[in-house]
Amino acid sequence: MWQWFHKLGSPKWFYGIANRLMPWLLAGGLIVLLAGLVWGLAFAPKDYLQGNSYRIIFIHVPAAFLAQSIYIMMAVAAVVTLVWRMKLADVFVKAIAPVGLVLTFLSLFTGAVWGKPTWGTWWVWDARLTSMLILLFLYGGAIALDRAINDEKSAARAVAVLVLVGVVNIPIIKYSVDWWNTLHQPATFKLTEKPSMPMEMWVPLLLSVLGLYLLFGWLACLRMKTEILLREQRTRWVRELVLAGRK
Amino acid sequence: MHPIRKKRLTILAFLVAGIALAVGLTTYALRQNINLFYDPTEISAGNAPVDVRIRAGGMVEEGSVIRDTESLKVNFRVTDYAASVPVQYVGILPDLFAEGQGVVAMGRLNEEGLFVADQVLAKHDENYMPPEVADALEKSSKGLNKANAEKAAESAAY
Amino acid sequence: MAFDSFSAFIAMEGHGPYVWACYAVFVVLLGGLMIWSARRNRAVYDSCRRRLEQQQGSKDSARPKAAATFTRVEVSQD
Repeated sequence: MWQWFHKLGSPKWFYGIANRLMPWLLAGGLIVLLAGLVWGLAFAPKDYLQGNSYRIIFIHVPAAFLAQSIYIMMAVAAVVTLVWRMKLADVFVKAIAPVGLVLTFLSLFTGAVWGKPTWGTWWVWDARLTSMLILLFLYGGAIALDRAINDEKSAARAVAVLVLVGVVNIPIIKYSVDWWNTLHQPATFKLTEKPSMPMEMWVPLLLSVLGLYLLFGWLACLRMKTEILLREQRTRWVRELVLAGRK
Repeated sequence: MHPIRKKRLTILAFLVAGIALAVGLTTYALRQNINLFYDPTEISAGNAPVDVRIRAGGMVEEGSVIRDTESLKVNFRVTDYAASVPVQYVGILPDLFAEGQGVVAMGRLNEEGLFVADQVLAKHDENYMPPEVADALEKSSKGLNKANAEKAAESAAY
Repeated sequence: MAFDSFSAFIAMEGHGPYVWACYAVFVVLLGGLMIWSARRNRAVYDSCRRRLEQQQGSKDSARPKAAATFTRVEVSQD
C-alpha cells in the first residue's frame, strides 16, 4: 500500500496518467455540464414559488459544492505535504487554489444575483453568506502567501498550515443554516438524503455538478502539469520528454 | 509509519483540534450575534432589546395581512407557530411575500411590542417543485389542514 | 420545453436579466480560466523547450570552440 502511495508522489508518473485522463475529462465534462445546463435552463419545469429565477440553482449549487470540496481536497493535500513532504501534494494545492477561488466567487456572485429577485436583497450578513465570503478570503490568502514566499519549500509549508487552519470553516459553512437563524435556506442538494426536489429538477442539477467535477479534474491535471514542468525542468525525464516533442 | 511522520501527524491533529475548539467556543459565545434574526418566541419572551435595530424572522401568519388602502403601509403578524409578533412596514414588499411564507424584517421593537420594520426580506425553504405539483399538494392537504399545520411547524425551515 | 416561444425563454417572465447574467458570468469565468490555464501550460512548455534546445545547441557548438582554446598557438618568443 505504501509503495503505491509513494508512486503517486512521482511527478513523472503523474504526468503520464494526466495525459491519458485529460481528453476524457474534458470531453465528458463539457458534454455532461452542457446537458445539465440546457436541461435546467430550457426543459426543467419552473418553480411554484420563485418562477424562473430558480434556474440559477443549476450553476449556483455546483459552484458552491465544488468550492467546498476543492477546499477539503486542498486540506488533505496539505496534511500530505506536512507529514510526508510529498512534492506532488504541494503541486496539487498550488494548481487548484485559483480554481477554488473562481468557483467560490461564482457561487457568491450567482447567489447575490439570485437573492435580489427572491429575497429582496443582494447581500445580507447571515452565517452562510459570511462563512462563504471567508472561504473566498482563505483561497485568496493561500494564493497570496504562496506568491509572497520565494523559497519553494517554505512556501509549501506555510500554505499548507494556512489551508489546514482554514478547514474549520468548512463545517461552519455546511451547518451554518442548521446551527443559526439565517436568511439562506437549508441545503437542497444532499448526497446522503432524499433530494428535496422532483426528479425533473434534480437530475439536471446532478448532471451540472458531475460535469463541473469532471471539468475541475481536467483543470487540475492541466495546471498540475504546468507546475510540474516549471519545477522539474532540470530533471532528465523532462528534458527527454520536451526534446522529443511530446507534451 | 515512520515515527517522525507519526509525530508530525499528531501535531497537526492537535493543531486542527485546538483551532476547532477555539472557533467553536467563540461562535458559541457569539451565537446571538451570528443569528440573523430573533424568532417570535424570543421576542414575546422579552429577550429582544427594545428600540434597537434588530431583525425578526418567521412565517407570515395566515389571514393577518392588512394593507392600507391609501398608502404602502402594511400590517401583518410574524409567527413561528408558538408565538407571534405584530409587524408594521411602509414600502414595497418582495415578490415572494405572501401569507404562509417566511420573512425576515429589519427594524425596531417599540414599547407596545409592535415591530416597526424598515426592510422586509422574503425567505424561502429548500423545497422546489413545479406549480402543478404544488397545487396538487395543496388540494390534498386541505382535508387534513390541522394535522399538517402542526407538522409544518415542526419542519418549518422558514 | 418549459417555454412556449424563444422570446419567452429569453424573458423568463421578467427574471431573464438575473438568470442570463449569472449564466454569462459563469461561462466567461470558467471558460476564461480554462483557456488561460491551457495557454499558460503551452507558454511554459514552449519556454522550457526553447531553453533546453538552446542548451543542447550551445553544447554542440561549444566543443570546437573549447578545442580551439587549448590548441597550441605559435607565438614568436623574440
